[in-house]
Amino acid sequence: MNTRKLANNTVLIAIGLVWLVVSGAPFYFMAMTGFKERFELFSGDVFAFPQNPTFTNYKEVLTGGSFFTYVQNSVLIVFVSVGLILVISSMAAYVFARMKFILNRPLFGLVIAGLVIPVHITLIPVYLFTRDIGLYDSLWALLGPYVAFNLPLSIFILTEFMRGIPREMEEAAYIDGAGPIRTFLRIMLPLSMPGLATLAIYNSVTLWNEFVFAFVLITSPKNQPLPLAIWEYQGQYSMNIPAILSVLTLSALPLVLIYIVGQEKVLRGMMAGALK
Amino acid sequence: MDTAAHPRELTRSRPSRGRLFSERTWTIFLFLLPTVVFLSIFVVWPIISSFRLSFFEWDGINPTKDPVGLENWSRLLHDGIFWKAFRNNLVVVSLSLLVQMPLGMGLAILLEQGEKLFVFKIFKTVYFFPMLMSSVAIGILFKYIYDPVFGIINPALETVGLDAWTRSWLGDTGVALYAVIAVICWQYTPFYMILFLAALRGIPEDLKDAALIDGATEPRYYRSIALPLMQGTLRTAMILSLIGSLKYFDLIWVMTEGGPSNASELMATYMYKKAFPSFEMGYGSAVASAMFIIVMVIAIVSQTLTRRFETEV
Repeated sequence: MNTRKLANNTVLIAIGLVWLVVSGAPFYFMAMTGFKERFELFSGDVFAFPQNPTFTNYKEVLTGGSFFTYVQNSVLIVFVSVGLILVISSMAAYVFARMKFILNRPLFGLVIAGLVIPVHITLIPVYLFTRDIGLYDSLWALLGPYVAFNLPLSIFILTEFMRGIPREMEEAAYIDGAGPIRTFLRIMLPLSMPGLATLAIYNSVTLWNEFVFAFVLITSPKNQPLPLAIWEYQGQYSMNIPAILSVLTLSALPLVLIYIVGQEKVLRGMMAGALK
Repeated sequence: MDTAAHPRELTRSRPSRGRLFSERTWTIFLFLLPTVVFLSIFVVWPIISSFRLSFFEWDGINPTKDPVGLENWSRLLHDGIFWKAFRNNLVVVSLSLLVQMPLGMGLAILLEQGEKLFVFKIFKTVYFFPMLMSSVAIGILFKYIYDPVFGIINPALETVGLDAWTRSWLGDTGVALYAVIAVICWQYTPFYMILFLAALRGIPEDLKDAALIDGATEPRYYRSIALPLMQGTLRTAMILSLIGSLKYFDLIWVMTEGGPSNASELMATYMYKKAFPSFEMGYGSAVASAMFIIVMVIAIVSQTLTRRFETEV
């Protein structure tokens, strides 16, 4: 029995290692190459550990260019968008979860339909509209599309969440004379905190990585969020591969660190679209 | 709120006189207003506007738009590249389903089996890494991994003696699409892995114990008990993968821009090319509208079909 278990575990670990290489090797290549000198790539073995590990690339990215400007842009737009998404979606979810009126079902259905709509159908009109109101090429041009396209899933999840909250406390509050707004602020919002936290993570990750709208609505480097900046950077420095890979490593680092610290929370957040 | 002592009477006497609507009606209105405003301006109106623009010819700058009737749509019907893009989308859909679902399930079972071993904590952590990077970053990274000169795929093939397989992965019209799909699968498999793992863990322990005591083998347990119990999750996973694959853009754009010579073109990349670099707003809108119709139809059909085939558990 014991030997069988041992054999079993060995097989499991062997298979596990294979996939570890498949999923990990690209990251190894990325981080390692970032430590290589520019021309080492032309001569040496690509898998090899850097001959004389150098921090030049990483240092150059962090001090030289506008890396921090892009990070700042990303943080700013993500922070404001996620804040708005949470406020707006919790308000809507409260109505959908608790208020009976004729349009409840149809409106909720429409919002859910938003889950499948491809962003591309809106690109041209949103681009034209943004240009017409003079917001083109500003970071804030992204706010509207970012909020709008993340509302459906957020409302859906929060509505489900609020439906699961027992009604007793609201009834008690109602008897004490609290109106719907007060009930929302004092009871529903605090009880919905776990749902809101999950959504905050989900939306932050989605928007931190967003590309299409930024690509269409922003051109000036000083206004670009990180993913767009990385793309342009790659076009600019296409010959200096170690430099580009160090930029990629640095751009992935924040999320990887957050994930390692709070794995379960991040997992739950990122699976928000699929898990209830 | 000093009137809290008599809430019932107050609420009963209030709405009839003085105010047109109750506080409740106002709440419904005010709480839904921001959602309605955002969705109208950035989703609903743009959809209508795209359909409208598809009946014009316009460069996006000229103050007048030329009404051309159905010309853009008939051009679209005969546009070989659009249909090629559509077929490519279908290839992405099928390969995503065929690769990601079984692989995700296999990995979920592996992680469940190895649950008690410490290394599997590390495995699980690393397995999820691909989901943490943006598609843009992954695209750029794999552009270099596939690079015939500086990449790691060709040298790896050479070391195992498969020199004949080495090629310019993204520059070969016969291979580019599949090379990109491989990356898509690499990126998204962890998502389904975690989803399936959660579903496996949601199955009550006693069920598994009972099956094993009754003489079922582990593979038998997964096939005859776990899988049927996971139907709901499988359905969600398939629909997510299907719709995601139809909307795909970022990764393909970064890796190949739809090339070489449209070999990896998708509806979304084609739409972007028509609308922005070439400033054919009318035709671009027609492509976007067609894409919208296709995605919505497939979404509705797949929803109803999978619901029909799902058995009660």
